[in-house]
Amino acid sequence: MTKKVLIVDDEENIVTALEFLLQRSGYETRVARNGDEALSEVASFAPDLVLLDVMMPRRSGYEVCQRVRAHPEWQRIKIVMLSAKGRDVEVSKGVSLGADLYVTKPFSNAELVAKIDALLGGGRAGGQ
Amino acid sequence: MLQGGVIVVSSFAYLGLLFAIAYYADKRADAGRSVIASPYIYSLSLAVYATAWTFYGSVGRAAVDGVGFLPIYIGPTLMIALWWVVMRKILRISKQNRITSLADFIASRYGKSALLGGMVTVIAVIGIVPYISLQLKAVSNGFLILMQYPEIVMPAKVGAVPVLQDTALWVALILALFTIAFGTRHLDAAEHHEGMVAAIAFESLVKLLAFVAVGVYVTFVIYDGFGDVFARAAADRALAPMLTPLEGVAGSYSNWIWLTILSMLAIMFLPRQFQVSVIENKDESHLNKAIWLFPLYMLAINVFVLPLAFGGRLHFPAGVVDADTYVLTIPMAEKQELLALLVFIGGLSAATGMVIVETIALSTMACNDLLMPVLLRMKSLRLNERLDLTGLLLGIRRGAIVLILLLGYLYFRLAGEAYALVSIGLISFAAVAQFAPAALGGIFWKGGTRRGALAGLLAGFLVWSYTLLLPALARSGWLPVALLEQGPWGIGLLRPLELFGLKGLDQITHAMIWSMVANIGAYVAGSLSGSPSAEETRQASLFVDVLRGGGAGARFWRGTASAPQLYGVLARFLGTEGADEAFRSYAGARGLRWPAEQVTADADFVHFAETQLAGAIGAASARIMVASVVKEEALSLEEVRNILDEASQVVMYSHQLEQKSRELEEATTELRAANERLKELDRLKDDFLSTVTHELRTPLTSIRAFTEILHQEPEIDAAQRRKFLGIITRETERLTRLINQVLDLAKIEAGRALWHETRVDMQQVISDAVTAMGQVFEEKGIRVDVRMPERVSPVHADLDRMIQVMLNLLSNAVKFCDPAAGRIEIALSESDGWLRVDVRDNGAGISAQDQQAIFDKFRQVGDTLTDKPHGTGLGLPISRHIIEHHAGRLWVESERGQGATFSFDLPVAS
Amino acid sequence: MGDFEKSGQRLIALCLLGFLLFNYPVLALFNLPQTVFGIPVLYAYIFCAWALLIGAMAWVVEKRR
Repeated sequence: MTKKVLIVDDEENIVTALEFLLQRSGYETRVARNGDEALSEVASFAPDLVLLDVMMPRRSGYEVCQRVRAHPEWQRIKIVMLSAKGRDVEVSKGVSLGADLYVTKPFSNAELVAKIDALLGGGRAGGQ
Repeated sequence: MLQGGVIVVSSFAYLGLLFAIAYYADKRADAGRSVIASPYIYSLSLAVYATAWTFYGSVGRAAVDGVGFLPIYIGPTLMIALWWVVMRKILRISKQNRITSLADFIASRYGKSALLGGMVTVIAVIGIVPYISLQLKAVSNGFLILMQYPEIVMPAKVGAVPVLQDTALWVALILALFTIAFGTRHLDAAEHHEGMVAAIAFESLVKLLAFVAVGVYVTFVIYDGFGDVFARAAADRALAPMLTPLEGVAGSYSNWIWLTILSMLAIMFLPRQFQVSVIENKDESHLNKAIWLFPLYMLAINVFVLPLAFGGRLHFPAGVVDADTYVLTIPMAEKQELLALLVFIGGLSAATGMVIVETIALSTMACNDLLMPVLLRMKSLRLNERLDLTGLLLGIRRGAIVLILLLGYLYFRLAGEAYALVSIGLISFAAVAQFAPAALGGIFWKGGTRRGALAGLLAGFLVWSYTLLLPALARSGWLPVALLEQGPWGIGLLRPLELFGLKGLDQITHAMIWSMVANIGAYVAGSLSGSPSAEETRQASLFVDVLRGGGAGARFWRGTASAPQLYGVLARFLGTEGADEAFRSYAGARGLRWPAEQVTADADFVHFAETQLAGAIGAASARIMVASVVKEEALSLEEVRNILDEASQVVMYSHQLEQKSRELEEATTELRAANERLKELDRLKDDFLSTVTHELRTPLTSIRAFTEILHQEPEIDAAQRRKFLGIITRETERLTRLINQVLDLAKIEAGRALWHETRVDMQQVISDAVTAMGQVFEEKGIRVDVRMPERVSPVHADLDRMIQVMLNLLSNAVKFCDPAAGRIEIALSESDGWLRVDVRDNGAGISAQDQQAIFDKFRQVGDTLTDKPHGTGLGLPISRHIIEHHAGRLWVESERGQGATFSFDLPVAS
Repeated sequence: MGDFEKSGQRLIALCLLGFLLFNYPVLALFNLPQTVFGIPVLYAYIFCAWALLIGAMAWVVEKRR
């Protein structure tokens, strides 16, 4: 069964890059471009992992993270925060809100994919 | 109805009422709920200044020389303004030293000199006795005149009545009893006579009410207001000279000045004034209200004096009725029985108030400063060995009261006829004015010594006796009148009324000038001619420096004492109860439970005991008593000076320390504020950096991601490769733009930007900008309308910057305008020396709360998926800076859904 | 404390002003034959100036609070 990743970012070009990367790594992807969309996609798409930008119009990434963590059925969803804000306070805020990982932009493609693979417990084959 | 019985009964009823008030106030004081602790009561009690002399005598004097009586009330008004400084100091000193009277005050200042205290007492008694006799005269005359109602008959000559049938004697005796009842309930004279003060305040109300009542009656009932009284007086041949321009005021201006000065001193140094203003003062802050309330009282009681005087003179044929009695005789002549009775009661209250307070003050002085020091020194009396002296002390005071009143009566019998009321009063004023140099000098000049004070007082008193008392005796027939006319032994220069040939002044002015010259001269000369003793030096410092935290009298004492012996002394003068109370309070303040725990008789305690004792028997006597039971090491003058120097250095250091710590505090506050400002700036800088970093990282992220993809995935197809390379290019451009703008803004904000200002044609600027953006408009399908007049004036500006602003505004408009049917309108207009450019889009508009925010750095407004702006967030802040640099404004007007209009204006080049 | 001292100085100034107002030569200026509302000018002047002086003293003392 293919693992599903929800990409949430409002930067068109970054979304394009992430989609390309993750599809090449064998994940099924869906895109949301703001916080509201992200929440409805989580419900309908039921992703295994959410790649979450912090600075977005309407609900910030922090808020989305908080909502997902507050929902009992969504506890197993992994959350990776992606942000151009790299100060310690922001990292720890993300982690304290329940993110599994906080990745600072710009990132290395290989590292990001490796971390996502590790979180989702298996190689790109994902083949359980 | 106004028979003798009614008058007597009313008088006694009034005195009874007074006694009831005093009794009630004393009871309340014992219960710790004082009724006199009010600035209003304090102010009213000061009005004991207005005696029968004011009540009857002012009108009498006004009837003779118009406004001549007024300095007696204007003087105190001026003096009381100085009380803020002077009286506050006296109050502080008196409370610290438990001063019991004016004599005690002066004696205490000059080294607790018993001699000086005794001298002040003698002068006060001699000087005040005539004044008391004047009150007796006023009351008995008032009574005798009222008894004749409805006839108006002046009383017979004083000497014509046998002593025992003389009303004045009975008045004196009744007042003596009354005063004893009021004034000698407590022994400690430094304690307040609360009952007396309450009664005096009430009396002040009664006399004011009575006087104003008769004044209103005469002015508005008999006559038709002030104007009418004066108009009729002006029409009267005898009175007219008093109304048309006066020859000077009251004869001469110099008399007026001296009368003012005299009464300025009297308000402070009349024994009764010192009693109510200092000894009976409960709270220093009461001064504040009294400073204007008391003058107001005097103004009120004087408003009707002139109408009454003129009314009286118009009413009665010349020479028939004594002008001093007009207040009473006018209502009698008009058959106003009740009013006449009220006036009599008013006069009675004025007289009794004065007599009660004055005799209490004088008897305290006579006891503490005259008799006790003498008795204590007389070894044969063995007073030191008697266990309880409280009874003796009270007996002395009561005897002194009776004696003083009888002296007053005696003077009345012997000399009272020679003078009008006002003149007698002024003689007393001049006597107490002799205290001024020693008392005022003593609180401001440390150099004043006992020797100087004695010399000054003696000289002043002798001159007073010679120029005022002697003539009074001569006129009463006790000395040959030739003495006045030719001078003693026929020496003209020594004529008492024209001493050393000083002529043309009235008697009081003449006496004041000479006595003050002698007094002040001797005081200063005596003080400077010798050096003070240790005790004097120390007291001088305690008095003069009282406001600078003085009062540590204990530090001057060295010796050994025993607590039981001191207890014995206190018990003798205060009674065992008083001594117990004193010991308990002293021990309590040091956390000891007396008598279980004994107090140590150290310097502090000896000082405390002496001060307690001084409150009962005066400073000089207390000194003698304490010295008799403690072994004292006399401090040399040198030692006292050292202590004082040390103390003044400590004071100086602590002043400096205070100043330094105040400065330090200010500096700290400033530093804290500066630090806050720096922190705020730091925070802003931090935020800015964080935002800039964020903005830089976003394009970098795309660039890095695609670069790695292209690098690591060689097999992606050409179309995709082209697309990714395009993204990299655009994001690189975005990065460059951002960096340029950050640098640009930093330069402008720091004022380091270079401006190439020339005459700029805005039409050209707009056309260039629209042309440059042409391709963008075309791509997005946006219609652009430009409306410009034929010609506009040029502006003085940097051409490139103007184009930069236009491009910013246009790309802004492109971003925000309707994506389907975009439309931008540009308008240029000129009016009143200003050019204005509007750039209007047809987008979603900007909400009111965002309109200010968009001019902040990196604040992009946009919240839908599609309108994520791709500007840097710096365009508008930069544009605004540029326009403001050119003295214009840049602003936005918009409503949600109505599009937005960005406008700026610029002044036309001159 | 500064305020307190200032009040003291103002009162001293008022005392001096009073001394000026109620003495030669100012007094002589009002020693005129005319009347104000039927009251001789000098009498009217003295009482008015007196009342104003008291008012000023009250103002100095009371406004501190």
